[in-house]
Amino acid sequence: MSEIRTLTIDGEMISAPAGATVLDAAREHGIRIPTLCHLDGLSDTGACRLCLVEIEGNNRLQPACVTRVEEQMVVRSSSPRIEKYRRMILELLFAEGNHVCAVCVVNGHCDLQDLAYDVGMDHVRFDYLHPQREVDSSHDRFVLDHNRCILCARCVRVCDEIEGAQTLDIAGRGVASWIVSDLEERWGEARSCTSCGKCLLVCPTGSLFEKGLRHADSSRKADFLRYMVNVTRRQK
Amino acid sequence: MSTRKRFATIWLGGCTGCHMSFLDMDEKLLELPALADIVYSPLMDVKTFPREVDICLVEGAVNTESDLRMLRSVRESSVSLVSFGDCAVAGNITAMRNTGGKKAALQSGFGSMGEALAVGDDNPLPQLLAQASPLHQYVAVDYFLPGCPPSAELIWYVINELLHDRQPVLDREKLRYG
Repeated sequence: MSEIRTLTIDGEMISAPAGATVLDAAREHGIRIPTLCHLDGLSDTGACRLCLVEIEGNNRLQPACVTRVEEQMVVRSSSPRIEKYRRMILELLFAEGNHVCAVCVVNGHCDLQDLAYDVGMDHVRFDYLHPQREVDSSHDRFVLDHNRCILCARCVRVCDEIEGAQTLDIAGRGVASWIVSDLEERWGEARSCTSCGKCLLVCPTGSLFEKGLRHADSSRKADFLRYMVNVTRRQK
Repeated sequence: MSTRKRFATIWLGGCTGCHMSFLDMDEKLLELPALADIVYSPLMDVKTFPREVDICLVEGAVNTESDLRMLRSVRESSVSLVSFGDCAVAGNITAMRNTGGKKAALQSGFGSMGEALAVGDDNPLPQLLAQASPLHQYVAVDYFLPGCPPSAELIWYVINELLHDRQPVLDREKLRYG
């Protein structure tokens, strides 16, 4: 029998199994916490910081996706301070890459766009960096456009944890980090890639897409993961 | 003395698409002169930007030195300045040249003539700034109206609110980029 923890989220008394994350517990009780790098079925890394919550007794905001529930924990999922940081994080993501929605294949089907609408981001207060980044179209069927990448690493994790190919990874540090295939080869030359296309399905922006894709067909189908994970669990 | 609002629009470094969407307001275009005097616009024959403007929509990014001069004079003369469209709000397509630099942009546009255009002080074209930038990097902006272009309905919503001294609010339902 698993142990139960009792905690409070947004004034609501909640119980969750020990080891569950604050995000799991909140969602279980219909409390919406915005996420970007989290995806049901993949491990959590706390990379995007959008799910930051306030925990009483701790002055620092904590990412809900990698914070475990504790007995008597008091969590707030929304406050002026949290809202301020969420908007700032989104603005920084837009400023750091080249997110030109008007010429993006997933315009209108983009997680990053959606979240920015949620926080009412009508403009970005920071200077745009306009980094010079490549578009890797060496693969037969897929394109990796580094301009749109926010380094959430969903593609890296799905390639490793679900497909088991471990083709994709992150190289470099900080703002100079980028997604690489195999040992920094062009994607088309990466021999470990099985061309399964799972990375395309989980990408929250227009960074990964299929060649010849029309803008109208660009809706994402990240839900496939939950199905796959369930099937795998049942087989085990 | 008239209390009618004085309304203006202007384009800087953009494709004029936002103004085309403005024209798509159709019958609202007839309501607009009933609510305000249109004192300046690329769609009409006025040579200089007037003083004492209540509301000015500014399309396009700040791309050239002449854009910057124009924007500063618009700011000086206008009570409410609206960043009109993605280029004005975020740089958008106009700012895509920033990744490669000014020289590369001129060369891709003008070929071998690009080099001469980049350095000459005596050439007739407005000099490109080092980077194309959103308006708010240079002047205070009162309202942001993103979209590439913003829909005619949204443009009318913002104009109508401002003309009636109300604050336009772009919430989740109204915000659109691209």
